[in-house]
Amino acid sequence: MLRRKRPEMRLRILQVLVLGLLIVFWYLMTAPGLIPPFYFDKPNRAAFFFGEPQKVFWVIVDWFATGEIFGHLGVTLLETALGFVIGAAFGLGIGLWLALSPTASAVMDPYIKGFNSMPRVVLAPIFAVWFGLGIWSKVALGVTLVFFVVFFNVYQGVREVSPNLIANARMLGASRRQLLRSIYLPSAMSWVFASLHNAVGLAFVGAVVGEYLGSASGVGYLILQAEGTFDINTVFAGILVLTAFALALDAAVGAVERRLMTWQPRASETEKV
Amino acid sequence: MVSNDAPALTLADITCRFAARDGSGPYTAVANTTLNVAKGEFVSVVGPTGCGKSTLLNVAAGLLEPSSGTVHVFGEKLRAADGVNRRAGYMFQADALMPWRTGIDNVIAGLEFRGVPRGDAVAQGEAWLRRVGLAGFGDRYPHQMSGGMRKRLALAQTLILSPDILLMDEPFSALDVQTRQLMENELLALWAEDRKSVLFITHDLEEAISLSDRVVVLSAGPATRPIGDFRVDLPRPRDVSEIRMTPAFLALHREIWAAMKEEVLKAYAAQKAA
Repeated sequence: MLRRKRPEMRLRILQVLVLGLLIVFWYLMTAPGLIPPFYFDKPNRAAFFFGEPQKVFWVIVDWFATGEIFGHLGVTLLETALGFVIGAAFGLGIGLWLALSPTASAVMDPYIKGFNSMPRVVLAPIFAVWFGLGIWSKVALGVTLVFFVVFFNVYQGVREVSPNLIANARMLGASRRQLLRSIYLPSAMSWVFASLHNAVGLAFVGAVVGEYLGSASGVGYLILQAEGTFDINTVFAGILVLTAFALALDAAVGAVERRLMTWQPRASETEKV
Repeated sequence: MVSNDAPALTLADITCRFAARDGSGPYTAVANTTLNVAKGEFVSVVGPTGCGKSTLLNVAAGLLEPSSGTVHVFGEKLRAADGVNRRAGYMFQADALMPWRTGIDNVIAGLEFRGVPRGDAVAQGEAWLRRVGLAGFGDRYPHQMSGGMRKRLALAQTLILSPDILLMDEPFSALDVQTRQLMENELLALWAEDRKSVLFITHDLEEAISLSDRVVVLSAGPATRPIGDFRVDLPRPRDVSEIRMTPAFLALHREIWAAMKEEVLKAYAAQKAA
């Protein structure tokens, strides 16, 4: 146990070291007057374009100390959650339907392909018109992004269910409905989970991009406001907070995945007798 | 017409044609095959690889509708449109366990589909796990079990419904020789308890003789048909590893192999040419 812990500790230390070096580099290059300017003609130009790490840090501390950020973060996370849940539900439902109905699938095929190849971010202004500047226009954008990831995975998942598994269930007396519940759905779910990291990430992107294009709250809105006043430190603070929460979301998804997918063998796991 | 002395399974003049992949006309997998399995009889079907043995079994199971010919189950006509053969259990060659279900949930799947309350189903399931030697492994997932354990789980999954007919498609072909002989003995012991009718597909002649009452030899494909029907009068109960040494077994083996050999060579030549 001890032996395994040591290299892991070393890895963590090295990772923190890289972060530290980056911040030091950032500070050295941007602190006004610290080193003679070699690209910009004025000493405070670098700080103007790239911000300063200590100022960014204090903006973040201030956000959390005053509690100003919580409302915005809450809105962004709510949009992410709604976008993900609604998009995944639609993706699952329509994916199952099209995979099990060859005629419907053949009819819908060009439309699905068309929608998928469309850069869906361009829909954001339309959603803003349809759903207003509140959370629903962001949710709608998230839904369009999440839907296709989940849809294609479910479609593929159902199509690739082993024929043996279906024949076996039929021989054991499963009706069509029972086949759907105990073969197609769990099989599709495993593919949905495989795409979960992707889907949650896209829901987050949908929420932030939506906010950025027009909103009255949310972290994307904070960034937009700061950009309007050339407050680059606040922009970087927003980006860092978003990054931290994206990482946290990803970790949460990983935990959920591990809990729900116990039946799947892991690569490192040897077969037990 | 339903009569009490009807055979458990009757395949009458079955022909199966499939559309060819390369468009060179239909491929006839099975041609004019007639096969009976009496009540309580253990029948093995042997034939060279790729001769359409599984096709025949799928027809018997009602999973595949033959191009022509009829299937009768205890005197009743089986129509693929009405669904599968409800009185048969099917053990597949490949793994057909649900990977997302634990051992016990796999075993009781059939009971669950039939609407048996979960408490009853689990009690029966545990009993079956004990019978196939998997007591205490009910909470393992299939991927946590060895190949032999998965086969036993599949056996319990099929037998828990106590089907009148057992269809088995090379169920043990993926196992190593020792595990395989253990499984064959276990199958015979379970079969001896209530003497189901069994249609057992294999390419292994020794396995066929040591398990069966009757061995049917199929010709090489395409257009497979039975070319020999041999009664196996070896005493029961049998031990599959010991019975292989007896002179009666060896004589039977020689006799059936003589009928099979030519077909095996034909199949081999056809595969080599392709």
